[in-house]
Amino acid sequence: MAKNIKLKIDGVDVQVEDGKTVLDAARAINVHIPTLCYHEDLCVAGNCRVCVVEVTGAKALVASCAMPATDGMDVLTNSLKVRAARKNIIELLLSEHNADCTMCYKNKKCELQDLASEYKTSGEQLFIDLVPLKDYTIDNFSPSIIKDDSKCIRCQRCVRTCEELQHVSALGVAYKGDKMKISTFFENPMYDVVCTNCGQCINRCPTGSLIERNYVDEVWDAIYDEKKHVVVQTAPATRVALGEDLGFEAGHVVTGKMVSALKRVGFDSVLDTDFSADLTIMEEGTELLTRLKKALVDKDPTVKLPMATSCSPGWIKFIEHTFPEYLDNLSTCKSPQQMFGALAKTYYAKKRDIDPADIVSVSIMPCTAKKFEADRPEMRSSGYKDVDYVLTTRELARMIKQAGLDFLSLPEENYDSIMGESTGAAVIFGATGGVMEAALRTAYEIVTGREVPFENLNITPVRGMDGVKEVTVKIEGTLPDWNFLEGAELKTVTAHGLTNAKYVMERVKSGEADYHFIEIMACPGGCIGGGGQPIPTNMEIRKKRTEAIYMEDTGKPIRKSHENPEVVAIYKEFLGEPLSHKSHELLHTHYKARQRY
Amino acid sequence: MPEVQELVKSLADKYGRKRENLLHILQGIVEQERYLSDVALTEVARELDMSAAQVYGTATFYTFLDTEPRGKYVIRICRTISCDMKGKNQIIQAIEDTLKIKLGETTQNKKFTLLETNCMGWCHEGPAMLINDQVYTNLSVDKAMDIVTDYVKNK
Amino acid sequence: MTKNKLKRIDLIFHEDCECRQVLEKTFSRSNDEIINDILESGLKGRGGAGFPTGLKWKFTAEQPADERFVICNADEGEPGTFKDREILFKVPSKVFSGMAVCAKVIGAKKGYIYLRGEYRFLLPELQKALGAFHRDIKDLIDFEIIIQMGSGAYICGEESALFESMEGKRGEPRNKPPYPTISGFKDKPTVINNVETLVYAFMICKHGPLSFKELGTSDSRGSKVFSVSGDTPIAGIYELELGMSLEHFVEEFGDGDTKAVQVGGAAGFCVPRKKLKETIIGFEGVPTGGSMKVFNSSRSMYNVLHNYLEFFEEESCGQCTPCRVGCQQLLKGIEAVKKGEKKAIYLDQLLKLSETMKLASKCGLGQSVANSFSSIVDNFREEMIY
Repeated sequence: MAKNIKLKIDGVDVQVEDGKTVLDAARAINVHIPTLCYHEDLCVAGNCRVCVVEVTGAKALVASCAMPATDGMDVLTNSLKVRAARKNIIELLLSEHNADCTMCYKNKKCELQDLASEYKTSGEQLFIDLVPLKDYTIDNFSPSIIKDDSKCIRCQRCVRTCEELQHVSALGVAYKGDKMKISTFFENPMYDVVCTNCGQCINRCPTGSLIERNYVDEVWDAIYDEKKHVVVQTAPATRVALGEDLGFEAGHVVTGKMVSALKRVGFDSVLDTDFSADLTIMEEGTELLTRLKKALVDKDPTVKLPMATSCSPGWIKFIEHTFPEYLDNLSTCKSPQQMFGALAKTYYAKKRDIDPADIVSVSIMPCTAKKFEADRPEMRSSGYKDVDYVLTTRELARMIKQAGLDFLSLPEENYDSIMGESTGAAVIFGATGGVMEAALRTAYEIVTGREVPFENLNITPVRGMDGVKEVTVKIEGTLPDWNFLEGAELKTVTAHGLTNAKYVMERVKSGEADYHFIEIMACPGGCIGGGGQPIPTNMEIRKKRTEAIYMEDTGKPIRKSHENPEVVAIYKEFLGEPLSHKSHELLHTHYKARQRY
Repeated sequence: MPEVQELVKSLADKYGRKRENLLHILQGIVEQERYLSDVALTEVARELDMSAAQVYGTATFYTFLDTEPRGKYVIRICRTISCDMKGKNQIIQAIEDTLKIKLGETTQNKKFTLLETNCMGWCHEGPAMLINDQVYTNLSVDKAMDIVTDYVKNK
Repeated sequence: MTKNKLKRIDLIFHEDCECRQVLEKTFSRSNDEIINDILESGLKGRGGAGFPTGLKWKFTAEQPADERFVICNADEGEPGTFKDREILFKVPSKVFSGMAVCAKVIGAKKGYIYLRGEYRFLLPELQKALGAFHRDIKDLIDFEIIIQMGSGAYICGEESALFESMEGKRGEPRNKPPYPTISGFKDKPTVINNVETLVYAFMICKHGPLSFKELGTSDSRGSKVFSVSGDTPIAGIYELELGMSLEHFVEEFGDGDTKAVQVGGAAGFCVPRKKLKETIIGFEGVPTGGSMKVFNSSRSMYNVLHNYLEFFEEESCGQCTPCRVGCQQLLKGIEAVKKGEKKAIYLDQLLKLSETMKLASKCGLGQSVANSFSSIVDNFREEMIY
């Protein structure tokens, strides 16, 4: 057991485990020390110096986030020295920050603004304005991410996020001294570098320096346009996080209220990405079984195994850059968002007798990479742009506020039909391991005719926050068609966060691992921790959202994708069968290699 | 393979392909090329299997690892206090006139770049300048012009 | 205790090295005996910070590890300091020998000299000397020294920034603790000493601690190499006994019209004429890494400060707020006061800011900007305004 450290903070005795910092100790007794560069998900930087405290006996102040707690330490968090320095530091940050707060996308959602309002008591600017008024550029070439250096306070949270969580390092720190800045390679646009658009940097940026490209106004315009039929789909993970931006605690399921809000906002039809998630399972599950059959029975050497999921657009761009030689291992399935988009302007349009040219297809996603995905040239198989606008969970919250709705008191409503029906298997797409679990629930049953052998269908080994989860499922008692799988052990691995994805792929590449099926989600925790989710996001919040997701699954009357009646119907009426010609035309795609360096 | 890529490869062979070898490689490129082009840095990233942004970030931290094109001879005049007191501005002026460029610029023929640099450690013999690695101290306007003219004519 | 006359010492430069014999003699003794000698001598780091060298070695030796390093900090970047260059040029084998002694004591197999990029011209001769040294000591100790070049970054003289740079990264100082004696280069226990410190450590091995201890004061033992420049007729490098008064220094080195002396470079203190007498050069008074810059009455102290602040603005690594933004604000601030865009009392705001930088910066660079800023502004306030 770790040794306990005893120290005093503001005169109060506190005990913490050895290895904890002064900041940890202060938080343990609810003493608030302001921070900026500190983030629970990231390694300590100790750069911003906002969290400095006084340790009796020490000449200088120390950064509480970086200072290990030691026995007998006597810490003052709000002494005269500390306050003076902290106030000065906040003034310094403001002097290099383009504080056009009323015009800023992050107005009232900015950690620097919060600190300013806590510590700035005079209206005057103390120091000379260092923000170059004309001589800076906003990088807004990317459909996902906007980078505005004039608002950057150089806390490097984004850089650490991109390096530690995602192993992408599209962003780095460049130059030194007064020239020091956060930069891509040779200051190229984010669009032109290895950025995966995952948006984890946005989720951790304390100011408005990194934000999503927002399409709120475009969507309003579409809604106001009488001639347009605006359909909206909502991703699984949005329903367990949206509430956080609208007055609920983390971990609250707000599906019914979200549907109700979307209807009141004015969408013509409120539908569910969960429907196409179920459809994805049908296509992807069949694809996996087909690949296994080709490999094991037909001994076809061209079949690529392991097969990897393709739902996460951050992961897709990552593999395009980093492991292009494995692109054929990706499931050819489009993501649920794009399957939905392709069907909205074909199947849905036909069924509802609407000219697809008049349909505006909007999606609400926990994700910023989805914006890039919707813009891909591959995503126009309906003959139109399959998904016109992608809004993040945060942008939806904004629209709901703009519409003047009191979210807390909204009634709960149901999705419209068609393409609004879903199962528990689809909801769990929002958490790491969810696609794997949903696929196993269906594939096992196809092969054996029996339910997957886990209590209440809960395949718990693939759940949870471990970065890499290896699970082997033994297949027994197969149906005649699937005899070749009798006794086979299906080796799976589930990873979330691109650092873990890279680890898995390197094991595959080196031959250390011989998986059959890989689930990868670009964001930590899966989509519930997506780059488009409410800020803040951290481990505690990710866990709460995950619990909510599984609660939603448990509460669903149908929990297996192949039992979704609307899915059954679409195969009967439109697609034929999984992997049919029509399916391939609308629901599948291929990706291309991109530069790694 | 373009020349600079060959160079990067040979430097990586010589020094190794770990992160700790990065500065050696960058220094080796600058020694040959006088600056780090995006092609060169991309190749470094590839050889060391590093993020290109991190290679760029590391390079730009160091004053001598230029990422802008430089002339064959980089002239750096010390700007810090002693050399300032001893008249480095006149020296700069003289070299600007000789080479017909301003501080920070490179001559048309890509032979010279004129820069200032922070304290070079010759405070007792200022003003001082570096031309590539070569040090020149106790400069006077005449002496500086002679030295630079010699480079113009003879190198 | 003040020594009242200036004593020139002739230890470092003008003595035959006899490195091999001294090393043989030293290596025949136990590590504890060697460390005790260094401790007993009272030798403190000659880079400016003044940490007792013996303790540094002892802590590193005691730290359990599979590998330890000794690093010679030759990133001499402090404006006005040039003595390490001269030491490496004239007596490199003494530096190598000091490293070898340290290596034996702490159990290091590898040592590094981090040489600033501006001194690349030294490299060929240094490599030659190093080759000879390696051949000379091959049978005495399993120890190899490698020279690593910097590339123009003042901050890399900060020890943890130097480690980062050696590891191929941006030279950004680390959070401390942990200190290098526990986690330094490649996160291994590391002794990092200034060039001059290593030479003195070696000289102590040669002559014993007592001859060193006899010189200087109780807080500042021994002699030190000074880099003298500015308005002096005899600029150059001098080895002097520590504990001298600045007045005596100026009597010897000044040009008769001395207005102020900047002790310790841009990161050091400016001492005006009226305080020369009471100022002692040493750890009890004004410490210095060796830079002594003399200004006569023709010099504008505004220009001096402006030059220093330009230096810091550029050479800050930029990672921490007080230093990155603070340096810019101090510079822009004195410019604004000079131009009349800000009132003179703004200088007081800037003095408070420099105090914040001193208290809250991540490393010694940001913390020491206040030294020159406040000592120049306090002593030459009128020159800042008019």
